[in-house]
Amino acid sequence: MSKYLLDKFLYTIDRDPELVERYRADPRAAVTWWEAERANLVLSLPEGERSTWLTFTDTEREALATHDYVRLFEFGAHPFLTLTLFIALFERDYDEPLGFQLEYARKLSHFSLPYPDIST
Amino acid sequence: MATVAAVIASTHHPFYYRASTATGADRPPFADEWVAKIEAFRETLTRARPDILVMVGSDHFHQLWLDNMPQFLIGKAPFYDANYYNEEREFGLPRMLLRGDEELSAHLLRQGLDAGFDLAFSNELRVDHSITCPLITLRPEADLPIVPVYTNIFAPPLPQPRRFVELGRTIRQLVESWPGEARVAIIGTGHLSLELGGPRQFGPHGPDPEFDRKAVGWIASGDLGSALAEVSLDSLWLPGNATHGFMDFMLMMGVAGENVKADYTDSLDLFHTMEAYFTWYPEAAR
Repeated sequence: MSKYLLDKFLYTIDRDPELVERYRADPRAAVTWWEAERANLVLSLPEGERSTWLTFTDTEREALATHDYVRLFEFGAHPFLTLTLFIALFERDYDEPLGFQLEYARKLSHFSLPYPDIST
Repeated sequence: MATVAAVIASTHHPFYYRASTATGADRPPFADEWVAKIEAFRETLTRARPDILVMVGSDHFHQLWLDNMPQFLIGKAPFYDANYYNEEREFGLPRMLLRGDEELSAHLLRQGLDAGFDLAFSNELRVDHSITCPLITLRPEADLPIVPVYTNIFAPPLPQPRRFVELGRTIRQLVESWPGEARVAIIGTGHLSLELGGPRQFGPHGPDPEFDRKAVGWIASGDLGSALAEVSLDSLWLPGNATHGFMDFMLMMGVAGENVKADYTDSLDLFHTMEAYFTWYPEAAR
């Protein structure tokens, strides 16, 4: 499990308008590129001082590549990060105000307390 | 010594700015009542004639990240840029530039460290909607220098609720021991019950109206005894998965003082989460 890396993906995509669009348009390609080029970049360090050990598990990679926010919740990805990014990705496809947010809640309705642990 | 001119605690609803500025068909039906409540709340700060604002909030994974996460941080900079692309995108919040008061920041840092809080600091901090929402509601001119205080209510492991209360008490004492004649308002925003990215999000009310009713009672009466007895890091998951933001309200109860009743209390039942507004006027400021 690499909750930290899932969170890092969500965080670094969400803060970059161009990456939000790339992830919306072709999630599998965006995840592949990100894991190869960005997963080991320490945000406050230059390119040359990369980490060397961060990778997704197969199930994590697949969840990201299929925009599967229900699985991300189950894995303990930080729900604020998931929600914020997925609103940016999909709110635009719904006519009703909060249409996407309410569908999101419904898709998670089988979870009961305690929710999956989000600590990293 | 400085005077604490007012102590103010409230929720920070990022949708207020858009709701209050929307017109015609875009204006939500609850906007007029919300604006009226906010304008009355704003008057409680205006009336206190503050010179400086200490602003307690929490970074929402903007500048502060999991590779280096402080628990309590005070900004010390001459200016703070404010709001982020994703807040513009989701909430329509404007970019802002706020002035800082470095002398008060330095005082809180030095004296806070000596009082037992190992505070982190930042000399270049871009603040987010936890600081700008209360400015938009309480001081939309954004003309006063600020000292931002950030707490971690977001990325576990979190400090215990009692530490929030103790930090609030300490901030109050430190402001009151700051040399000079400034009138300082201490403003902090948190949450009542709130769910983000979970099955209870965006309902017609907050996810736990019973918790909200109790919490508003604790804050309004300064009942730190009950709040500390009933609230724990574990229990705060139950009312909603983002309810740890209530600890910023507990910090403000520490600022206001145990069993000190709020001089002004108001609330508004909205979709997603309840709004609540509290103001205290310390004796010395009356």
